[in-house]
Amino acid sequence: MLECCDPINASHSQRLIMNLTLVVLVPFLGAALTGWVSRYGRLRSAWMAGAVTALALACLLPSLPVPFTGEPLIQRLPWMPGLGLDLVFRLDGLGLLFAMMILGIGLLVIIYARYYLDADDCMGRFYAYLLLFMGSMLGIVLAENLILLLMFWELTSLSSFLLISYWRHRQDARQGARMALTVTGLGGLALLGGFLLLGEIAGSYELSVILASGEAIRAHPLYSPMLVLVLLGAFTKSAQFPFHFWLPRAMAAPTPVSAYLHSATMVKAGIFLLARLFPALSGTPLWSVLVMSAGLATLLIGAWIALFKHDLKGLLAYSTVSHLGLITLLFGIGTPLAAVAGVFHIINHATFKASLFMAAGIIDHECGTRDMRRINGLWHFMPYTATLAMVASASMAGVPLFNGFLSKEMFFAEAANFFDLSTWSWVLPVTVVIASALAVAYSLRFIHDVFFNGEPHDLQRTPHEPPHWMKVPVEILVAICLLVGIFPGFTVEPLLAVAADSVLQCNSPAHDLAIWHGFNSAFAMSVIALLGGLLIYAARRPLFMIAARHEGLIDAGVLFGRTQQAVIGAARAVTTAFDTGSLQRLVALLLIGALGLGAVGLLGVSAPLTGTATLVPADGISLIVALGLGAGAIATTVLHRQRFTALIVVGVLGLLIALIFAKFSAPDLALTQLSVEVVTIVLLLLALYFLPQHTPAESSRVRRVRDLGLAAIAGLGTTALAWGILTRPGATISGYFLDNSVPGGGGSNVVNVILVDFRGFDTLGEITVLALAGLGIYAMLKGLRLPGMTLDPSGRPWNWDLHPTIMAALTRLLLPLALLVSAFIFLRGHNQPGGGFIAGLITAVALIMQYLTNGVEWTHRRLHGNMHPVIASGLLVGTLTGMASFVFGHPFLTSTFSHVHWPLVGDFELASAMAFDLGVYLVVVGSTLLILIHLGLMRSAATQERD
Amino acid sequence: MNHLVFLPVLVPLLAGALLLLVRRALPLTVRRRLNLVAVLVQVAVALALLLQVTDGTVLVYQLGDWPAPYGIVLVADRLSAWMVLLTAVLALFALLYAIRGSDAGSRHFQPLFQLQLFGLSGAFLTGDLFNLFVFFEVLLLASYGLLLHGGGAQRTRAGLHFVVVNLVGSTLFLFAAGTLYGVAGTLNMADLAGKLATLDPADLGLARTGALLLFVVFALKAALFPFYLWLPTAYAATSAPVAALFAVMTKVGVYAILRVQTLWFDDPEGSLAGLLDPWLLPLALVTMALGSLGALASTRLRIQIGYLVLVSLGLLLTAIALGERDSIAAGLYYLAHTTLATGAFYLLAEGIARRRGSAGERLIDAPAMPHAGQIGALFFIVAILVAGLPPFSGFLGKFMVLRAALDTPAMAWILAVVLLSGLLAIVALARSGSLLLLRATPSEGLPPGAPGRGELAPASALLAVCLGLTLWAAPLTDFTRATAEQLLTPTHYIEAVLGTDMEGAGR
Repeated sequence: MLECCDPINASHSQRLIMNLTLVVLVPFLGAALTGWVSRYGRLRSAWMAGAVTALALACLLPSLPVPFTGEPLIQRLPWMPGLGLDLVFRLDGLGLLFAMMILGIGLLVIIYARYYLDADDCMGRFYAYLLLFMGSMLGIVLAENLILLLMFWELTSLSSFLLISYWRHRQDARQGARMALTVTGLGGLALLGGFLLLGEIAGSYELSVILASGEAIRAHPLYSPMLVLVLLGAFTKSAQFPFHFWLPRAMAAPTPVSAYLHSATMVKAGIFLLARLFPALSGTPLWSVLVMSAGLATLLIGAWIALFKHDLKGLLAYSTVSHLGLITLLFGIGTPLAAVAGVFHIINHATFKASLFMAAGIIDHECGTRDMRRINGLWHFMPYTATLAMVASASMAGVPLFNGFLSKEMFFAEAANFFDLSTWSWVLPVTVVIASALAVAYSLRFIHDVFFNGEPHDLQRTPHEPPHWMKVPVEILVAICLLVGIFPGFTVEPLLAVAADSVLQCNSPAHDLAIWHGFNSAFAMSVIALLGGLLIYAARRPLFMIAARHEGLIDAGVLFGRTQQAVIGAARAVTTAFDTGSLQRLVALLLIGALGLGAVGLLGVSAPLTGTATLVPADGISLIVALGLGAGAIATTVLHRQRFTALIVVGVLGLLIALIFAKFSAPDLALTQLSVEVVTIVLLLLALYFLPQHTPAESSRVRRVRDLGLAAIAGLGTTALAWGILTRPGATISGYFLDNSVPGGGGSNVVNVILVDFRGFDTLGEITVLALAGLGIYAMLKGLRLPGMTLDPSGRPWNWDLHPTIMAALTRLLLPLALLVSAFIFLRGHNQPGGGFIAGLITAVALIMQYLTNGVEWTHRRLHGNMHPVIASGLLVGTLTGMASFVFGHPFLTSTFSHVHWPLVGDFELASAMAFDLGVYLVVVGSTLLILIHLGLMRSAATQERD
Repeated sequence: MNHLVFLPVLVPLLAGALLLLVRRALPLTVRRRLNLVAVLVQVAVALALLLQVTDGTVLVYQLGDWPAPYGIVLVADRLSAWMVLLTAVLALFALLYAIRGSDAGSRHFQPLFQLQLFGLSGAFLTGDLFNLFVFFEVLLLASYGLLLHGGGAQRTRAGLHFVVVNLVGSTLFLFAAGTLYGVAGTLNMADLAGKLATLDPADLGLARTGALLLFVVFALKAALFPFYLWLPTAYAATSAPVAALFAVMTKVGVYAILRVQTLWFDDPEGSLAGLLDPWLLPLALVTMALGSLGALASTRLRIQIGYLVLVSLGLLLTAIALGERDSIAAGLYYLAHTTLATGAFYLLAEGIARRRGSAGERLIDAPAMPHAGQIGALFFIVAILVAGLPPFSGFLGKFMVLRAALDTPAMAWILAVVLLSGLLAIVALARSGSLLLLRATPSEGLPPGAPGRGELAPASALLAVCLGLTLWAAPLTDFTRATAEQLLTPTHYIEAVLGTDMEGAGR
């Protein structure tokens, strides 16, 4: 149906470039404006909302004739053409009908709400929400693209949430809003799934394409899941059984909202969708079964419950449910005439139900209650309103001369035609008649109970006629009911015809909107329904007693609430089962994952673990060291509860590793390991001061067994990896480093050249890490106050005899020597074992010695404790050295070197990398001392507290 | 040599070191301005970088002028530039929030913030596996420092969990990198791509183990099931600007998975082809499901946001697992959306918590808060964004991912999990939103210390950026599609890194 090349269409598109987009966008923009003007007087927002609606209507007007030409008007604004998602709107008969309803009834509701809302209700907010909703609804009915339609669909759910919860202080409003959002949200997501599948099937999300490819869609294997998902969306929105329960609970909204959303427009969105996709999806047994059964069940159940509702709005809500079922049923029957009847009933229901809701709102407003057991005999107080309400109710009941009668007659005719003497075909007409009789009965009850039936009971105020303008919207709607009911051919026929044409995508079948069709089955059914309704109403008292006895027995809403609670309970159970807040579990899961996937990697293919390299024979020293390492590891584990002892063993392990490095010709690593070990142990010793001497046994036996297993497997895994790697010869890039160290890096110590040159950037990152670690520990310790130990484990008081004199004197003497060593190590680093990192650690150790032997305070007085500038300048020196190469047009950290001749010293090599190494040195010294000083300061603070 | 590639790393490093140096020398306001200027420069640099690589150029920067694979290279392709820009933009708004006062409680907030950016940019730009490890360490330590920002027992505890589990992860990273180096003899990621594709069959088992261990590490960073438990508590414990900045932290893991997935495992003839396929998609779906259940079960707003982050990560990794051009493109668009929306949500959550007196962020009844109208509107919008409802970027991203999933065998699973977790997210957010904003009892005046309206500005601005993502979805998705194409033809990347061999050797 992409007749964009159609001459009429094209001319329209050019002349009225984007007016459909404007129709949809104006309410959204207007919503913001309305909210804003309400600051300057609440009534201004009402005027503004009215003006916005009128403007949207004005934008629609120029396109009004287009649908009557038989071709849809399509306007496109590119958004995401690559995804097949544009702002593309379509105006055809169905869209026009709905747009008129949305804007027309919207305008009436705005007038009505102006008088309905109390002085302390925020009017700007109300109208802003209402306009948001209006724009979303217009988007649904005018969208040409299904995804665009879905976006507006979800927006109606969201704006309806805002409107239902408008009186936010009321619990029922909040709960009703959430329930509506949940149910329609479920539907919206199902619809998204359905539309995705539909788009996949049809190859496009554009309605023009989809409506034209019904055959292909119905024959597609994905048709069934797609249909179920789409119908789920439609049924939830239109409150079809078993999703009907949210609608009555949405009645907690202000009555204008109920009149607008929950009778005339939003709940019709689902039905609109059925009508919209009717040519593409209908005509299969699955469609008939699903749509008809949902419609029929809703029709009957809604009508039945409506009869027994004492709440005025409750009655109307269930009646709405029932009528929505009726329309759904018509689309489910699926004949062209049924579809025409469905469209007709959409119009009729919107007019009489909106006016009834408004009347109910007036009654509520005047009486302060909506309980039909208390409001009786209002005829004496407000005869005019009563007349209007009675006309609308008669239309709802399907009394001749009112518009409801006409569509109901068509409905009866379709139901009767369905009867074909097959076994179960009688069910439909019979159920339809029963439901219609119930509709007559509840309409009668609405009129009789409220306006007659004795005197009102204990009302707070004396009811009287409402303000004139509050009645005007009702008058207009009731007038339409009558005009359509009496002169259908002159009033509604053209609009109905063009809407039905676009639903059917062909000329709609001849239908006669006359009031009198002669004595046929439909007329007979009408008569039975009317009489049956009278009978049911006459027998209402015993029926009420039965209903009261079973009230709440099967309430889908309660069921929904329970389901929701159950889901939340399950969510809690699942979540707490995983998330216990335990670090051990976190680590265990990580290890299990790593071991599992590691095993999958290793065992998933048949590749040998052992490589081809020839094994070096084991020598005695290596063997002893290896055994020592093993024994040390086991000892640490066994002794871990005695923290101090375990720490000593860890220290031994570190030294053994340094020995191994030395044995395998890695003096740099050995030196590094040695100094790191010393610093680490000292820091840990300081930290141990604040911990109990013994770790209490906290884990259960099961956990210990689990952890032992995990640890053992992890150990085996690590061994396997190491074995695998070490037994492979490995062609690596290390040869390049050996070759280029001297010519390219100017240093014969490859390890150092790698650290400061080949991979200097890694080192820059790592000293940043070290700096960050220092800062992190500083931040954690600063301001932390921990109690120090006063007794040792055996209960003896701590010995506070600090700082042995001889050692103090000795370390003071040693300091310059140690610093000299560190300078030496630093300078020779590029060619011999050494470098900034090791030198930094040596300096740190030398200074730590002063702290240990002379006390923190003493040292602190002599050595400024503020290490932040040291760390920062280390980082800056490193970075700036790297940047120096920018000047020469080289990348960051490009090194250079030259040889200079110093007197006395001789030939000396200067490499730019040494400056970088200085940065490393500074950061190492700064960070280490920062941590140490603050651990020490905390200790002395604890000591002083003891004193 | 084009220094632009290096600038996103250099700017925050210099700024961080400088801010540390002047910590006591300059007053806080000056340091804040310095920090802000640095971040603005970073945004400009990132933008310039993105513009340079938009045409498909892969920029390579050889640090120390050593040729790849021997030296370390930084590589900027579309993906890296996209991530760097995203980080910079998020950081800008997080910082704008922080310098309104919440940075005063920490000793090192300003330098740590910059060094965190250093780590993030480095991780996104580096082309070297070990260098990636280094940047992971920078990130870990910087975020640990930031996590503790403000202090308190809860933060210390959450920080401990965070740092311990991540240190185990770092150890695994070393094992993995060592193993890969052992079998392939190189650390350069482009070089590894070639070496891992043509492995000696005898080395296959070790290589697979190394790669899978690496995946575990990345999955831990990306908070994939079953390694996700650290995320909700850690993010909930820290201060708002830090949590907002952390929104991009998990994306480092996602980025790394995407990088190695396309670089190493995508070549159907390679030895390691499809190594992650059996794992990534199921784990992503489970993460999404558990995340949505967690969001529903949460009793604190920020924990809830944390679980919603998991839902979005699940969707993101689903997109990556599908491995098609369209799905990766959708994922990259969604990645930007979810990062910014999450950041905004954390900023807003603190705004809410601080206006609720003693109730804070706990989902319990409390008196109505000041500025409830504005907060309500922001919450509504951010909830729509996070739940992936129309009409904003969250919906577009989700829609694109689902669309890309349609013709895959796992379609039914993906549809079911994504749609149902979306529903649970709606229910969860409707519950918390109606409790926080609708159910509130009328208040008697402002609670003491309630912040002004201005504090909501950064969150609002982030939401405006998300709106921009929605409006300009077409050019953005064009870009992400081009990015996906570039990722799926990694030869260009590999040639750009290794092909410069001759030039570098001539020094």
